[in-house]
Amino acid sequence: MSHSRPHLELSSVGMGFPVKGGTFTALEDVNLRVNEGEFISLIGHSGCGKSTVLNIIAGLMRASRGGCLLDGREVTEPGPERAVVFQNHSLMPWLSAYGNVELAVRQVFRRSMTREQRRDWIIHNLELVHMGHALDKRPDELSGGMRQRVGIARALAMQPKVLLMDEPFGALDALTRAHLQDSLMEIQRELNSTVIMITHDVDEAVLLSDRIVMMTNGPAASIGEVLDVPLERPRDRVALADCPEYNRCRQSVLSFLYEKQQKVTPMPQRTARPASDADAVNA
Amino acid sequence: MQQTAPVTRITDFMKQRMAGFNPQGAIRALTMPVLGVLVFLLLWQMAAQNVTTSLGSLPGPAGVWEQAGNLWEGHLEEQRRAAEFIEMQKERNAQILERNPDAEVRIRPYSGKETFIDQILTSLGTVFSGFVLASLVAIPLGIVVGLNRYLYEAVNPVIQVFKPVSPLAWLPIVTLVVSATYTVEDPMVSRAFITSMVTVSLCSLWPTLVNTIMGVNAVSQDLRNVSQVLRLGFFTHVWRVVLPSAIPMIFTGLRLSLGIAWMVLIAAEMLAQSPGLGKFVWDEFQNGSSESLGRIMVAVIVIGLIGLVLDRGMLTLQRLLSWDRASATH
Repeated sequence: MSHSRPHLELSSVGMGFPVKGGTFTALEDVNLRVNEGEFISLIGHSGCGKSTVLNIIAGLMRASRGGCLLDGREVTEPGPERAVVFQNHSLMPWLSAYGNVELAVRQVFRRSMTREQRRDWIIHNLELVHMGHALDKRPDELSGGMRQRVGIARALAMQPKVLLMDEPFGALDALTRAHLQDSLMEIQRELNSTVIMITHDVDEAVLLSDRIVMMTNGPAASIGEVLDVPLERPRDRVALADCPEYNRCRQSVLSFLYEKQQKVTPMPQRTARPASDADAVNA
Repeated sequence: MQQTAPVTRITDFMKQRMAGFNPQGAIRALTMPVLGVLVFLLLWQMAAQNVTTSLGSLPGPAGVWEQAGNLWEGHLEEQRRAAEFIEMQKERNAQILERNPDAEVRIRPYSGKETFIDQILTSLGTVFSGFVLASLVAIPLGIVVGLNRYLYEAVNPVIQVFKPVSPLAWLPIVTLVVSATYTVEDPMVSRAFITSMVTVSLCSLWPTLVNTIMGVNAVSQDLRNVSQVLRLGFFTHVWRVVLPSAIPMIFTGLRLSLGIAWMVLIAAEMLAQSPGLGKFVWDEFQNGSSESLGRIMVAVIVIGLIGLVLDRGMLTLQRLLSWDRASATH
């Protein structure tokens, strides 16, 4: 596997943002090779540049240094072959579930599919995420989980080479999230899609991923460790709870996040001086 | 495919509005407004008697009501005369043709004086023309400016300066420009009409322009990202993402614009002497008969009522056309 050319490759990616009085280095020397059909999770504390990595792959941002190759071609702009599922669904509020997927399908397959084929393809994708019953519903008539399903359907309908997900289930309650994770595993097994997903949730990362990419804290964040998750698929969340291998993976991610990369947020300290100043004023 | 037809949308909308109708609630909802109007009429009656002008004391509600009746009678009378005039010509033409079948006959239009109702219709025509012209300029311009930050920075000062300018200031300029440029022989529309219309446009343009710019500016980054990922072309992006997204704001601007257009129109008609309600008010003022004050007040009330109806009409249109019903409140 390691000899074949990787599907997606990030090589020495660095990202700097101009700030007052210099440059803020958000990312430094990020290297990652992703194979076809692999499910990768990016995990790390907030502010570590996970989203920046995803945006660079999506083409929504250009890396300051290094670059990203997809099937040997450099990524320079966004495109439907790198579909993104955004954290807050990003559906057009004036379009129905069908209309939202249609917007994507019409754009991507306007030449290669007839009107009927496109229609079937839209419905097929919405059924894939179990939204076949709500084709005419607009986002404000759907629950958070359903909106996210439509967002996933829209991304899948583009037939992307890589599916990029930016904390897709972050805003959902635990039960809905579990439900959607199961759906996503099912879909990924069926389509064998390559997925890169940002998450904050350790259990989610272990359950879904083939590999977990753990990022160090910023500034100048980079990849700290990469963990292989050798659990067999299909995976069952209930059975895995007692599985030693699952717990070892979980343990390893937790220890990276909370021991090696402990986020030190200094408590706001009260100094003696302002208080005495205040006293002086009062007196 | 999956979108409902406009006709069903309209009937659905009507059903929705009618579904919540219950007589008891309606009575309760009407009590205070009716009471308010009655108290107002009472105060008006009491105050009016004590105000004496060179044309006699101000008319009370009863006097104004009477004048409203007179104006309506006058309108019917004029219509009757017009019909008679046409009839008379027809008869005469028939006689001419009897004597000489090859004779060329024509019917001249009746050129009596414009009645109050005619003036209202003229005003409505002018305000709509001006408003439509303003919208046709403001919406596309707003979209273009809203999409480009640099253009916005360049255009913004100009907008800020011209936005608060009163119609009275525009009118002389517009009048001069129109008389200099609109020099058609036997024009289809009168110069005064063009002047009023352009003045209305110039004044009512700004709210739509500003709101369209704001609406386009406010298209969320997430939706723009989606558009980028899909590689939508410029026009598809504008048509399918920017415009729908900005529609609620654009409608808010249109409503403000129509309100301003109506207010400006009356002033413009007064000054430009172009036919319409404004001219009616001015003429009555110059007339100075004992009935004039009553007639002016009829005009004032009619102007107010029409303004209200225009605003409600826009609101209904907004509710029908905009996806964001929540923004279409009072």
